[in-house]
Amino acid sequence: MSHDEAIDPNQPLEFQTEKSRLNILGFWIFLGAEIALFGTLFATYFVLTGRLADGPGPSELFELRGVLIETFILLTSSFTCGIAIHEMRRGSRKGLMIWFILTMLLGLGFLYFEIEEFIHYIHEGASLQTSAFWSAFFTLLGTHGAHVSLGIGWMTMILIQLARNGLNSTTARKAFIISLYWHFLDVVWIFIFTGVYLLGMVM
Amino acid sequence: MQLDEFFVTGDPLIYGADVSIILSLIGIIFVLTKYKKWKWLWNEWLTTVDHKKLGVMYIISAVLMLFRGGVDAMLMRAQLTLPNNEFLDSSHYNEIFTTHGTIMIIFMAMPFLIGLMNVVVPLQIGARDVAYPFLNAVSFWTFFMGAMLFNISFIIGGSPSAGWTSYVPMAGNELSPGPGQNYYLLGLQVAGIGTLLTGINFLVTILKMRAPGMTLMRMPMFTWSSAITCVLIIFAFPVLTVALALMTLDRIFGAHFFTLMDGGMPMLWANLFWIWGHPEVYIVILPAFGIFSEVISTFSRKNLFGYKAMVYSMVVIALLSFIVWVHHFFTMGADASVNSFFSLTTMAIAIPTGVKIFNWLLTLYKGRIKINTAMLWSLAFIPNFVIGGVTGVMLAMAAADYQYHNTYFLVAHFHYVLISGTVYACFAGLYYWYPKVFGHKLNETLGKISFWIFVIGFNVCFFPMYFLGFAGMPRRVHTYAEDTGWFELNAVASVGGVLMAIGFVIIVYNIYYSIRYAERVKTGDPWDGRTLEWSTPAPVPYYNFAKIPDVHGLDPYWQIKKEGKQELDIEEERLEQIHMPDNSGVPVIMSVLLFIAGFGLVFEWMWMAIAATIGVIVTMIMRSFDPDEGHHVEVEEIKEIERNVRRKED
Amino acid sequence: MKQIKHLLLFSSLLIFLSGCSALPVLDPKGPVADAQKDLIVWSISLMLIVVAVVFGLFAFIITKYRERPGHDSHEPDEMEGNKWLEIIWTVIPIIIVILLAVPTVKTIYELEEAPESSKDKEPLIIHATSANWKWFFSYPEQEIETVNYLHIPEDRPILFKLSSADSMAALWIPRLGGQEYNMAGMLTEIYLQADEPGVYQGRNANFTGEGFTKQQFKVYAESPEKFQNWVNKTQNEAPALTQNKYDELLLPGHVPRQTYSSTHLQWVNHAKNAEYAIKARERQGYNPEEAESH
Repeated sequence: MSHDEAIDPNQPLEFQTEKSRLNILGFWIFLGAEIALFGTLFATYFVLTGRLADGPGPSELFELRGVLIETFILLTSSFTCGIAIHEMRRGSRKGLMIWFILTMLLGLGFLYFEIEEFIHYIHEGASLQTSAFWSAFFTLLGTHGAHVSLGIGWMTMILIQLARNGLNSTTARKAFIISLYWHFLDVVWIFIFTGVYLLGMVM
Repeated sequence: MQLDEFFVTGDPLIYGADVSIILSLIGIIFVLTKYKKWKWLWNEWLTTVDHKKLGVMYIISAVLMLFRGGVDAMLMRAQLTLPNNEFLDSSHYNEIFTTHGTIMIIFMAMPFLIGLMNVVVPLQIGARDVAYPFLNAVSFWTFFMGAMLFNISFIIGGSPSAGWTSYVPMAGNELSPGPGQNYYLLGLQVAGIGTLLTGINFLVTILKMRAPGMTLMRMPMFTWSSAITCVLIIFAFPVLTVALALMTLDRIFGAHFFTLMDGGMPMLWANLFWIWGHPEVYIVILPAFGIFSEVISTFSRKNLFGYKAMVYSMVVIALLSFIVWVHHFFTMGADASVNSFFSLTTMAIAIPTGVKIFNWLLTLYKGRIKINTAMLWSLAFIPNFVIGGVTGVMLAMAAADYQYHNTYFLVAHFHYVLISGTVYACFAGLYYWYPKVFGHKLNETLGKISFWIFVIGFNVCFFPMYFLGFAGMPRRVHTYAEDTGWFELNAVASVGGVLMAIGFVIIVYNIYYSIRYAERVKTGDPWDGRTLEWSTPAPVPYYNFAKIPDVHGLDPYWQIKKEGKQELDIEEERLEQIHMPDNSGVPVIMSVLLFIAGFGLVFEWMWMAIAATIGVIVTMIMRSFDPDEGHHVEVEEIKEIERNVRRKED
Repeated sequence: MKQIKHLLLFSSLLIFLSGCSALPVLDPKGPVADAQKDLIVWSISLMLIVVAVVFGLFAFIITKYRERPGHDSHEPDEMEGNKWLEIIWTVIPIIIVILLAVPTVKTIYELEEAPESSKDKEPLIIHATSANWKWFFSYPEQEIETVNYLHIPEDRPILFKLSSADSMAALWIPRLGGQEYNMAGMLTEIYLQADEPGVYQGRNANFTGEGFTKQQFKVYAESPEKFQNWVNKTQNEAPALTQNKYDELLLPGHVPRQTYSSTHLQWVNHAKNAEYAIKARERQGYNPEEAESH
């Protein structure tokens, strides 16, 4: 029953124990809560659009180039993350780890460009304290960025465990869950890219 | 910061509280040391992941909070009994009703119900624990530490005073600077983590860990109500998380979400708050419906009438709860079309609720109604909740609501639904499931006395408030002039309040009395119950079921008893070892660190907040590296435990 | 018995309804409050029927089927449910909801406009602005402003334009009609009207902190002639409101009644400027943190 570690060899490695199946389902539900969380942040952002006080507007500051780089990096990292899980399914610990490290590096690259973008905005006089609009912008983007940072830290822990314990049903489950998390952040970014940047540049 | 700003000074009531807190702390430390109970406390309670023990701790905390919130209520009644009373000044009164509301909803009603869910749901579905026992402990400890953070505000730094709704701009930095409102934000934030985790945990538990044969439509009604409540929690609480975070950013980091300056939008807070807040109301009422369903069915000796309709009506109520939030501010000047829409959706809730009321009545119909304390609370619920419900429909009529809004009519309404719904259910559930956990019943005579005093007191206290609303008395005023004509009704209400306090004291005394004098129950099934929790011995062994039962229909235990099968006899040769989770000290340590981080943010001591947050991350890393494989209960041990509990029954 | 107690309580409700001059909400003095009272009374009557039915059934069932000597041995039959019964008690609440919803929606739309009875009369416009913890009433056409009281002509619709300098408040004059929020940076509107002369109690109904309880005002409803006299007298005799004086009045606290022959609308409309009060207080060196810790 519940916390049995009976192995079901007909399933993929990450689904083989009851505990793994429970954890993965629970994580999906957690992502449902995350959707509610980001949904609220998006709603806040759209409600506060145009409330600039005396600060600059988004169309003055947004630059397509940096955003495109960030988008490209993050989308690629989702792709590499997908390959990592594919390698895991093939039973290749090495493949999994290499592609995970690549994913992490891309995540770090994304953060580098995002932080640079933020510093640029602050330099131009648009910070969290400038106006309602920029408060909402930095909070929405900052929450996403914080999620990415957390994901990188988390992935590091899983890599250490993969190195120490090898690929087993526990590490496979953990790797699978972080991949779900990583893809989720990518989906959120697509909404940010279209809803915040593209719309912000036309408005 | 000066020390006399740090500690709240100058009020004799608070000095009294200071002294009693210090004395009880010393007392607890003394007793624990003298009887060498520290190790026991740590091993058996602080590090436990057992859903039953966590449930008990939830309920004890909730009763403590009911006491605190009740003291707040008594202070308010004392102040309002006489016109032009100067017992409390307005800022003190404002703090009291703010903490009263927040504590009763967030730190009393929810944890009480979640505590009952913890104790009962795994037993009802034939599981040995919840899906994530470790997370369950995290849930409890974050709730508990959040509650403590909120509660220390009244001796350190000062309590929040902007109402439990904390409307901005009043609650913002521009008009309410200082730590009080920060306590509200951080206390709720820390506790909210625990609630969200509970939602996920119990939903997965209910979806995945039911005994073989228990299909969704064979689940007991309390389990159903818990499942739906979990869904509400999962989608509503993130909204609160965000709303609280945004106000925290406003107050501590100078953002402009809800400010008057630089484009902030105060109305956004009201919307976010109630998008969470209305589902929250159903989070504390749906499990109550579940409890009443169980109790009424058991003591009518009949199955629940219209089981399917009961399930569907809860689903409909849950869906509607997300599209009614504007009815909390019909007076905000929205278009007639918007107000009309939200009037209609709100009134629509009366339909599934009405269905439920009639189904309960028909469950009683032609039954053999056994009147005991648990049943009395459930029976009293029906007429009282109907009063609360019909006045709720009246409030839903936007055009009329312009007159009810912000008045005692509203106060009367939500106390009628929350007390006769949630609080009665907590008491009914307490009396009903108490023997399952502790192996003895609560005293019936004391139970009935406390019931009558409390219920009469409740009606005497809150019914006059409907008329105070018509008399034009707004909520949250700290006093009133003689010529208002509000004195008589207020005085009557205060008498009712005193009766409720007496009722509460008797209930608490009853627990003490029953622990000392009550007889042990002979079986695990003292009420002739219908659902699986009654098939286990009382008190329940920590692994719940030596053998997981097979389920063939609704009310499985009733079926087994009726068919005369001793199916649950333990055939010793067929026992297998049981896998159980290990205890862990991480949840309590992590929650203490969250408490410290929250406390640091309240006073804007960033070094403290950052250090404690790093500590939280370290505990999470530790957890990640913890293999957490659990342990096995050997067959010999199970045999021995089972022989012991069964021997007692003979 | 509990049921008897409830019966008593509800008959007392009926008595209250028949003679309710002590209950301002049920003793309206204008068409708006009147429409709301009609709605309230209609809903109470319907709800009393619901309550009577449920209480009756409840009392009947628990007396008849209570376990007692002679009714304590048989095993009740299980009942799964009954399609027709369940349809009935789904349909009946739907009907009740419709009976309530139709007049509700009708009234919501009616209250958006000036009352039917005085449609032909030009509404008097008054800006009602709340500031912690006082009320400003500005008459833009008459160029006068009052603090914590106001005069209105009877039988003429008053269009209140509501806003707030700081906290969210709610203008409420129970005998004239329901409330509406005052919010900084927002304009909300409400029509009220008095049908007979009198002095009516008005107040802020929405919690605004320390001075909330005393944030009240009186409404003097009088004949059009008397009202015009008051306007003329005010225009001639009252001092003009200066911006300095106004800023001073905006500091949190209570002030006595005041009358001016000009309005603050010349330099600020709080419905369009949410920041004014905070800046005005800063200009005067007001520090909310010191005020907080007394």
